[in-house]
This record gives sequence, C-alpha cells and structure tokens, in this order.
Amino acid sequence: MKSFDKSTSAPVEASAKGVTIQLDDQPKHVPAGTTLAELVAALGHAPQAVSTAVNGAFVARTARDRVLAEGDTVLLFQPIVGG
Amino acid sequence: MNKGAAADSWMVGDVTLASRFLLGTAGYPSPQVLADAIAASGAQIVTVGLKRQLAAAGDNSFVEIIRAAMATHGARLLPNTAGCTTAREAVQLAHMARELYDTPWIKLEVVGDEYTLQPDPVELVEAARQLARDGFTVFPYCTDDLVTCKRLLDAGCPLLMPWGAPIGSGQGLVNPFALRLLRERLPDVPLIIDAGIGAPSHAAQAMEMGYDAVLLNSAVSQASDPVRMAGAFRQAIEAGRTAYRAGVMAKQDFAVATTPVTGNPFLIN
Repeated sequence: MKSFDKSTSAPVEASAKGVTIQLDDQPKHVPAGTTLAELVAALGHAPQAVSTAVNGAFVARTARDRVLAEGDTVLLFQPIVGG
Repeated sequence: MNKGAAADSWMVGDVTLASRFLLGTAGYPSPQVLADAIAASGAQIVTVGLKRQLAAAGDNSFVEIIRAAMATHGARLLPNTAGCTTAREAVQLAHMARELYDTPWIKLEVVGDEYTLQPDPVELVEAARQLARDGFTVFPYCTDDLVTCKRLLDAGCPLLMPWGAPIGSGQGLVNPFALRLLRERLPDVPLIIDAGIGAPSHAAQAMEMGYDAVLLNSAVSQASDPVRMAGAFRQAIEAGRTAYRAGVMAKQDFAVATTPVTGNPFLIN
C-alpha cells in the first residue's frame, strides 16, 4: 500500500492524472503515488546501485518510500572512475 | 616488505596504512589495465567518483573490478566530490557517495575556478565543517595556502591534500616554498600532495620534503604503459620517503671538497 508523505504529496488534481517529474533534466510522467523506490526499480536499477536526490537534496536508500510530487526534480547517481 | 617499511606506516584516523601512494582510477585504456595498475602501485587508497545517471540502466561493475584489484593489498576506496562548485552541492554528493560506496571517507573537492580547477577556499571550509559534523573523514583537496589549511583543520579535517599544481597539468611542485612552509608549520598533520604530479621525480621530491603521501591519476593513466608507470611511481615514492627518513644533506652555496686533501702522497708543482 502506498502512503503519502504530507510534505511531498501531490495536489489532488495532479494525483488523479499522475504527476510529471524532472528525471535527469527530462520530464517524466509517473502514476500518482509513485515512490522514489518504485521509480528506481522501474528504471531497472537495484536499490544499492544508485544514490538519489530529490530537489537537490540527498534522499537515503532507507527514505525512498517518499512519494514523488508534481514538479519534483529527481537525480540518480552511480559510481564512476575518478581522480 | 622489510621491517623498516612496516615500521614506517602512517595513519588516517584509526586506519594504519603502509603504502604512501594514493591512485586515481580515471582515464585508463581499459578496466584490466586499471586493475593491473592498481596492483602494481601497491596503493591502499584508490579514488573513485560519482556521476549523474543519464542512461536507462546503471552499471557499476567497474567497482567490482577495482575492489578485486584492491583486495590483494587491503586497499580502500576514497570517493570524491568532483564537479562541485558550492558547499551545498559537495555535502549532498558526499552523502550520496557514503551510501553508494559504504565509506565515511570523502575526498572533498569544491572548485572555484573553471580554468585552473583551483579550490574555492570559502566553500571548501564550509563543506568540510558540515561533513566533519556529519561523521565524515574529510580529505580536502586544497591549495598550499597556510591559513586556509589551518581553517580546514579547525573545521575537523584530520589531514590536508594541497595541490602540487593544477589538476592534470603534470607540472610537478610549482611552489616548493609554500609546500615546505606547510610542512614546517604543520609538522603533525598528515599532508598528501594531490594533483599536478607528472613524473615520478615530482613524487619523490614531495616525499623528500617530508610529505606523508602522494595522490595522482593522470601521470599513470596517461602514460604509454600505465602499469609500468604505476610501478615507477611506487618506487619513487618509496625512495623519496626513505631519503626523507635518512636525512637529505643541506644545500651549500659553495663547493665543499669531498676527497680529503691532507696527507696527499703526491706533490704537484
């Protein structure tokens, strides 16, 4: 069962139609009530394969039950080589 | 490893390290060359990064390759915050790195100038303060400015990583005076030269000056034979460290005869 975080829940009218988020600078439509964890899974990532940020703030793996809201900006980060 | 080398370990927090070589993982011709270079380097700290996921699916298999290469000599990952220009960005990225790589170690980079990639001292200190408060072990990439370095220590950094020269420039130690001064003024702080190293002789020079370790990437990855170059740096760093411990002779302004002239059996008119 999906639960909404009061601080991030989408407006009722947006929820009825789904919400549009910005995923890595591209608009993406997701069903209303979609959590960050569900988005990560839908994109084909194992939970531990990426780190996540919403609206510029880190969201820990344990907090990905957060429901995505209309206009949220979601970024995913993955390991890369580095100096 | 001989007894002398074992006794010459150094520490980051409560972690004891025998190798004084920190190696970056970017720009290698192939994952296998990277793995072989890590093995040849003997490095016990290997740097990695994070990037925004733009493809549909992720692939972090290279991390497993690195981990396997590191396992042979007990190395650890050191993720960085490359690309950040504000304290806020760096702090957020550091938290992501801690989760992704499962380590509280972070190489803190906050760049203030796009051309030189020079660190922004104001943002750097602020980010270091926040991260130290959040339980990170902060490895700050900084300039050789003494006062900024002191502020970073005040912020909770257990060590400092001043640049030798701009990242990737290969120029070596462009300001030996400032680096010597840092070493002299901060005798008990682990100091790691980070960035600008181009040749093994540069690394040896840093170690002869009493620096605790050297971090480099391009000098190995861009070599014609990265694996062989990793070995060359390993030897240079060890040689420089040994020379420092042995005590490099003081420079003289004039010639000082090496061969004793008294008791010379020959008289030359």
